[in-house]
Amino acid sequence: MHEWALAEGVITTAARFAEENGLTSVTEVVVMVGELQQVEHEVLHFAFDQLKTPLFKNAEFVLKTQPAKFKCRNCGHLWNFKAEGMTEEVSEAIHFVPEMAHVYIKCSQCGSPDFEVMEGRGVWLATIKGVRKTE
Amino acid sequence: MGRVIAVSSGKGGVGKSMVATTLALNLVKKGLKVGLLDLDFTSPSTHVILAVKGLYPEEEYGILPPLAHGLRYMSIVHYSLDEPAPLRGEDVSNAIIELLAITRWGELDILILDMPPGIGDATLDTLRLVPRIEYIVVTTPSVVAFQSVKRLLLLLLDLKIPVIGVLENMVMTRSSYIEDKVKGLGLKYLGAIDYDEGLEASIGEPAKLMKTGFSKGVAELARSLA
Repeated sequence: MHEWALAEGVITTAARFAEENGLTSVTEVVVMVGELQQVEHEVLHFAFDQLKTPLFKNAEFVLKTQPAKFKCRNCGHLWNFKAEGMTEEVSEAIHFVPEMAHVYIKCSQCGSPDFEVMEGRGVWLATIKGVRKTE
Repeated sequence: MGRVIAVSSGKGGVGKSMVATTLALNLVKKGLKVGLLDLDFTSPSTHVILAVKGLYPEEEYGILPPLAHGLRYMSIVHYSLDEPAPLRGEDVSNAIIELLAITRWGELDILILDMPPGIGDATLDTLRLVPRIEYIVVTTPSVVAFQSVKRLLLLLLDLKIPVIGVLENMVMTRSSYIEDKVKGLGLKYLGAIDYDEGLEASIGEPAKLMKTGFSKGVAELARSLA
C-alpha cells in the first residue's frame, strides 16, 4: 500500500485507539512494517510528520520491520522472502499490490504459485504509549 | 466522484468486458469524464480490447490511473504485466481493497467497473466497499446464461442494490424470452444488441470498435446514462 495512504490509516487507527482508551497525548507509536512491500521508512516518517494531529505532537514513531515468510500450500515448504535479484519493475508491482507476489514468486521447492504469506505483509499498529488525564 | 456503475454477468463469455469498455468509450465521446476499472484480477480483458501497453500509474499520494483513449484506466495488468495471477479468494479481496484504497481518480462523472463473472469475492467486496454502486447486467439469449444472471439479479434485488437494467448481447434470433424474464423480475430491459461478426476484428482498435454495430447498440445505453 502506498506510504501516504498507509500513514493516514495508521494515524486514524492510532487516534481512535487513543480516544477509546482516554489518552490525551500520545508519546510513542510502534508501527510494524511488513518486509514484502519494501515500504520506505523515511517516506513513512515524513508522512507521519505531515499528517499527525495535535494528539501526536509529542509522539515518537518507531518503525520495526517484520521479515516476510511464505508457506507453500502445495508442498508445505517454508521459505523467506529475498528482495535481492528482483527487478525494479517487480519490486514496484509488489510494493503497490502485495498480492502480485503470486505472479512473480514461486515456491523455491516445487515451483507452485499457491503459497501463503504467513508474515510480513502490510503495515500495522503494534503498540501505543500515551498519557492519560487523571482527575 | 459521480456515478459508479458495475457491468456484470452471471457467467463469463457474454461480452461483459466488451460492453463495459465500449460503454466507457461512448461516454467519453459524449464529453463526460470517465474512469474504467478492470476488477477481473485473474482474467483481465479490457486492456486487450483497448490495446493498452506500457501504461503505468504515476505515484502522487496514491496512484493516478493513466489516460487511455480518453479514459482514466486502472487494471491489475499495470502490475502483473499480463502474467498469470493465480489468486485465492482472500488475495483477490486484499488486492481489490488495495487498488480501491490507493487509486486517486480525480473528478469523474462516471466510473465503470468491469466485474469478473458471478457472485464471488469481487462482487461481495465491491458491494461492501463501494457505497453508491449501481449495476448493469449483461446476458446472452441463452437459457443457460440467463439462469446464472438470474442468480446475480436475485442477490442484488435482495440486497436492494440499484440495478439499471439487463442488456441482452449477441442476439442472433430476436425473441422476447429474456425481455419477459427480466420484466418478470421487475427490472428494466435495456435492449438487445445483435451478434456482430465484425466485432472480433475491432478488438485492440478502439476507433474501429466505435464504428461497429455493437458500439451503436451500446451508444443508446450511453445516451440514457449521460
